[in-house]
Amino acid sequence: MARPKASKAAVAASKIDAPSRDQMLEWYRSMLLIRRFEERAGQLYGMGLIGGFCHLYIGQEAIAVGMQAIKHPGDQIITGYRDHGHMLAAGMDPRAVMAELTGRAAGVAKGKGGSMHMFDVEAGFFGGHGIVGAQVSLGTGLGFANHYRGAANVSFTYFGDGAANQGQVYESFNMAELWRLPVVYVIENNQYAMGTSVERASAETHLYKRGVSFNIPGEEVDGMDVEAVAVAGARAADHARSGKGPYILEMKTYRYRGHSMSDPAKYRTREEVDAVKKARDPIDHFRERLEALGYADEATLKALDADVKKIVAESAEFARTAPEPDPSELYTDVYL
Amino acid sequence: MSVDILMPALSPTMEEGTLAKWTVKAGDKVSAGDVIAEIETDKATMEVEAVDEGVVLELLVPAGTEGVKVNTPIARLQGDGPAASQPTADPVATPTPVAAPRPVAVPQAAEPEPAMAEGRATVRQTVRDALRDAMAEEMRRDADIFLIGEEVAQYQGAYKVSRDLLQEFGDRRVVDTPITEHGFAGLAVGAAFTGLKPIVEFMTFNFAMQAIDHLINSAAKTLYMSGGQIKSSIVFRGPNGAAARVGAQHSQDYSAWYAAVPGLKVVAPWDAADAKGLLKAAIRDPNPVVFLEHEIMYGVEFDVPEGDDWLVPIGKAKVRRSGTDVTVSAHSRMVGLALEAAEILAAEGISVEVVDLRTLRPLDHETVVDSVKTTSRLVTVEEGWGPCGIGAEVCQRVIEHAFDWLDAPPVRVHGEDVPMPYAANLEALCLPTVDKIVTAIRGVMARG
Repeated sequence: MARPKASKAAVAASKIDAPSRDQMLEWYRSMLLIRRFEERAGQLYGMGLIGGFCHLYIGQEAIAVGMQAIKHPGDQIITGYRDHGHMLAAGMDPRAVMAELTGRAAGVAKGKGGSMHMFDVEAGFFGGHGIVGAQVSLGTGLGFANHYRGAANVSFTYFGDGAANQGQVYESFNMAELWRLPVVYVIENNQYAMGTSVERASAETHLYKRGVSFNIPGEEVDGMDVEAVAVAGARAADHARSGKGPYILEMKTYRYRGHSMSDPAKYRTREEVDAVKKARDPIDHFRERLEALGYADEATLKALDADVKKIVAESAEFARTAPEPDPSELYTDVYL
Repeated sequence: MSVDILMPALSPTMEEGTLAKWTVKAGDKVSAGDVIAEIETDKATMEVEAVDEGVVLELLVPAGTEGVKVNTPIARLQGDGPAASQPTADPVATPTPVAAPRPVAVPQAAEPEPAMAEGRATVRQTVRDALRDAMAEEMRRDADIFLIGEEVAQYQGAYKVSRDLLQEFGDRRVVDTPITEHGFAGLAVGAAFTGLKPIVEFMTFNFAMQAIDHLINSAAKTLYMSGGQIKSSIVFRGPNGAAARVGAQHSQDYSAWYAAVPGLKVVAPWDAADAKGLLKAAIRDPNPVVFLEHEIMYGVEFDVPEGDDWLVPIGKAKVRRSGTDVTVSAHSRMVGLALEAAEILAAEGISVEVVDLRTLRPLDHETVVDSVKTTSRLVTVEEGWGPCGIGAEVCQRVIEHAFDWLDAPPVRVHGEDVPMPYAANLEALCLPTVDKIVTAIRGVMARG
């Protein structure tokens, strides 16, 4: 089978290690938007406006944003249920995402998917999947489709340290390498699968090594550093895009909030969480970096902050007041 | 401006809680993410974090207060701007249930089934070759269709259903997989999400149990969960039910399992003409279709209309034999047994009408109901287990739509309620037979 050639854009993306001021400010803005959005989502959950489960992305923002920076048009993204950050990073309308969380007709899935099941084909976002590990086989299939069509596109398939122990992950690794499918597996290792730490669940805790027996290259990345994420992401995507097959990136990160909103967080200490926030926060550190580079003064950052807050407040208000789906929607979209 | 901090719900079911402890006091400055209080519910103690930044003006609920209702203001904050204002909780939060409209019918293929009798030439063909031709013809007309599964390419199919397809279409479109049902089913659904049209062959549906999560959670539900954005035009096919002497793990009939799932269409043909026409319709269908074949039928020959335009619409049952005394519904291999039983009983003067269900979802109960309205008696036949089975569903629908026409309680013939035994005599006892169907029909004729 013919391999798709690396495009010019792919070569350009490899210059990601020298991002421009505008690019870096956009990364900062995007991470801040996710943080503020998620805080507000948590608040709306507390008010009963968001139901069911609600898994917040706070702490992990650098991964979705850094990877988005190296994504090409037509590339696909697929992830598990902790998906709000990926959608915002992909440029989906925050109002439609928040309205989906509140179960309104204006939500990205007409209010029928909810927090864990959102999709936006235009943005290349294929969900939002609630069964741990299922998105890995599905994402491998997105890569299969790129390969089948001879398209120079990559499937960015995200999963967590918990999903990394699911059997179908390894079934997928095997097929992806066997057929040289353009898939970048992004493991968001936030240290805890619900309440079970990596050490308590994984015989091999270096998850980037999980592709070794399939000959899939893997590397560990500081998932709290948006620049490091983008650089590693570009390297992995180039590999996959040039027909060399899949690549594994283990993003070392941390989730500040509970697994979901009803997580009492008894499996870790407050001190542990605070220490990560203090030492490794992706947003705080990137802000310091912007200041050190002279890319942003206090006024710029304040204006940016205010802009993000306004977007989030409008999203919340929209999501609170938008109408629920018409009852007739109960029976639509079951069959085509 | 000031904003109220409300008592939060910390789980989907929490209505009230105890405000165990404040970790801030009036005058403290807080930032988003700071812990401000601890709350106890019946399940756990949890921390409450600030969403807005500002200065705590007042604590409205003292520490230790029990039974604080969700959404009660518990503290007041001096915010730093209008954007920080907290949306107010109002009745919009509690949706009012509204009576749902009646379900809409599952869309069915509009084209009527071309009548074989209309002078159309036929060829004698096995079910196996009819299935093969269906795939080959559809793959010729649409480059987005590919076949994927274990041994479908070089081996030519574990049951030779994909014979010569590799030679015609190459290894890009006829894809041998490792033995990895869960993985390749998910991979195929992912490919379908992008608009490709995979045909997934399971060596048998017994092995599809490893993959059933992707058939149901990924293929059947995603159109709905995505608000209509993502379709899965995909066929899952392979032999279903009992072969011969292969024991419990290789002999299960999954008809009722898949027929229970909204979002799936489920087809189970009997003869070669239906096998071909329905498989072509299934491949063209924009929805996920579970296509249940039968190993014992693969080598049986039937007349099949010539030409590459033979389509049989999904969702239409077929009266295989007309009769006046009793209706027998069946699908897949059981149709043949029902027809044999009808022949035997004809000699006794009992006129049996045999309805081949052909599609199990959407189930064409109208054809069965119309038949029962003329015969007033019903026997259902299926290879699978009886409880919660296809026969149970057919009976219920007949009771619902033709209760007053029934002269006797409907009777089900089905596989015995045990795992399939290996011993030849026990296996024979386990499966429905012509004799069992004949006995059941005599039984309903004796009632009423």
